[in-house]
Amino acid sequence: MARLTLEKLGKRYGRVQALSDIDLAIETGEFVVFVGPSGCGKSTLLRCIAGLEEISEGELAFDGERVNELTPAERGVAMVFQSYALYPHMTVYENMAFGLRLAKAGKGAVEERVREAARMLQLEPLLDRLPRQLSGGQRQRVAIGRAIVRDPRVFLFDEPLSNLDAALRVQTRIEIAGLHERMAETTMIYVTHDQVEAMTLADRIVVLRDGRVEQVGAPMELYHHPANTFVARFIGSPSMNLLAAEPTDAGVQVKGFAPTPLTAPPGARGLSLGVRPENLRLAEDGETPFYEGDASLVEKLGESQLVYFDMGAEAEPLVARLPGALPAKKGDRMRLATDPEALRLFDDAGQAVRAG
Amino acid sequence: MSDRSTPPRPNLAMRRATRALKTLGFWALVVFVVLFSVFPFYYAILTSLESGSALFEVNYLPTSLDVSNYVSVLTKGPFPLNFLNSVLVAVAVVAISLFLAVTAAFALSRVRFRGRGLLLLTILSVSMFPQIAVLAGLFEMVRAFDLYNSLGSLILSYMIFTLPFTVWVLTTFMRDMPAELEEAAIVDGATPFQIVWKVFLPLLWPAMVTTGLLAFIQAWNEFLFALTFVASNETRTVPVAIAMLSGSSGQEVPWGEIMAASVVVTAPLVVMVLVFQRKIVAGLTAGGVKG
Repeated sequence: MARLTLEKLGKRYGRVQALSDIDLAIETGEFVVFVGPSGCGKSTLLRCIAGLEEISEGELAFDGERVNELTPAERGVAMVFQSYALYPHMTVYENMAFGLRLAKAGKGAVEERVREAARMLQLEPLLDRLPRQLSGGQRQRVAIGRAIVRDPRVFLFDEPLSNLDAALRVQTRIEIAGLHERMAETTMIYVTHDQVEAMTLADRIVVLRDGRVEQVGAPMELYHHPANTFVARFIGSPSMNLLAAEPTDAGVQVKGFAPTPLTAPPGARGLSLGVRPENLRLAEDGETPFYEGDASLVEKLGESQLVYFDMGAEAEPLVARLPGALPAKKGDRMRLATDPEALRLFDDAGQAVRAG
Repeated sequence: MSDRSTPPRPNLAMRRATRALKTLGFWALVVFVVLFSVFPFYYAILTSLESGSALFEVNYLPTSLDVSNYVSVLTKGPFPLNFLNSVLVAVAVVAISLFLAVTAAFALSRVRFRGRGLLLLTILSVSMFPQIAVLAGLFEMVRAFDLYNSLGSLILSYMIFTLPFTVWVLTTFMRDMPAELEEAAIVDGATPFQIVWKVFLPLLWPAMVTTGLLAFIQAWNEFLFALTFVASNETRTVPVAIAMLSGSSGQEVPWGEIMAASVVVTAPLVVMVLVFQRKIVAGLTAGGVKG
């Protein structure tokens, strides 16, 4: 229930600049995911918003009101930790009631709020158990419940699924998505290094690298129009093929590939051409192939298969995602085609070159 | 002992014999250790139940059940008062050192500040000095605080040896507490004092019981300070009081009463250790794996 604005926010540890110049506005009720490789500063940014880390530079405001100096409780944030961080000596009920009791809520109010959260998360039969008597998924639900009962203005998640096994992870992810729907007014910020979680949960994704924001946008916007090669590689799995390209008279061309209809800005050098594996298909008879080569590796995934083509010792192999029914095997000669709209062009600094 | 140059063949009968021998050796050792540690106390009990000339006859089995020594120790003279003094001093020492140690441990393990390591070492180095070396200085301190001949002098001076190890043990324990637990409490709105009191303390119980009990034993047994800082019979603690027990004449040492008094002061410790023994084991091992 708060609109967050981050202005030129920065965090220093001694000489190390962990975050710099973060400008971001998060709307009320929005589900924003911070994503990036480890060490990119996403958790630090979350902890700055929570109030667990001091903000070194810039301003953080909730609903236009500066909160840099406020404690987490005063800011009205609740947080779900990676390790759950339940109080081991308290029952599920006491864990969830702890924050309310500290805030001197009345006994009836505490009871009501805890019961309501427990009902929402199907924790009612477990209220008298201790955390060590619960499974990992149940503990995570208690941690979420503990955050819900405080009715936070901002709900923070710090890699909440990384301690769960694969099956439970998918289930809990769906539960969190459901939670966001039910608590439509509560702003949620979620940190993960898993781009699948980011894509499936987020209203908007913030991609971070080395303490800086690389791109902010809706999941599909990032997928279709990455602002730079870093985002292009990070979003989508397997990641986008990036091929060194040169401008020619016929259009931008990758060595050994057919020329593309893309035009480069005048004087451009060191271009990269990006194409997602799923945008490559087998060329139809009579169609001029975009690329023709021998498959060096085939990975069968069931509904689809990944076919790799060797691009020489220096470069990464080209990956194509082809239908699973196709009888492909290593060493097969293949003719690949693509649609010009699916191609992305990046300049020598890795920034996207927008068409037009 | 088998000859090392010729390894024993897998012979079932011989193996069985070796195992029996090993079991026998083990239990022989157990019996020896138990005898070694329990015999002095057993002999004290035996002696305390005898009187008159029976005291000076050596016997290893109870010959009489005479409780007159206990009656006289507990009714005549200031011994009950001395016992109370000991309880008071030991309990106060444990309570105050645990309180100070928990709060200090929170700062030393959870708050980053300059000179933290140096401070920890300084605290530890306090326990380096022999009691006799600091006696004169402490005496001056006791006089300055106007505590001479009062129980306060003992409570104050016992902190010298209880605080260093309670602070150290609890600091080690608290350092092992997950940081996210503290952060969860901060997000829940807990103040540092509430974090210590409501989150850490319940988890520190095994360590608290162990260190508290060790502090209690030290305070209970202490002799030198008790002898020096307290002069009157009414404010003495038990160890000194026992040493000062005298018979009807100066030449006579009342062994029976001394032994009865010794048994009386040992009993509470034995009971406490037995009651808390599971916690003590948990406390001694839990901190030792990490840190």
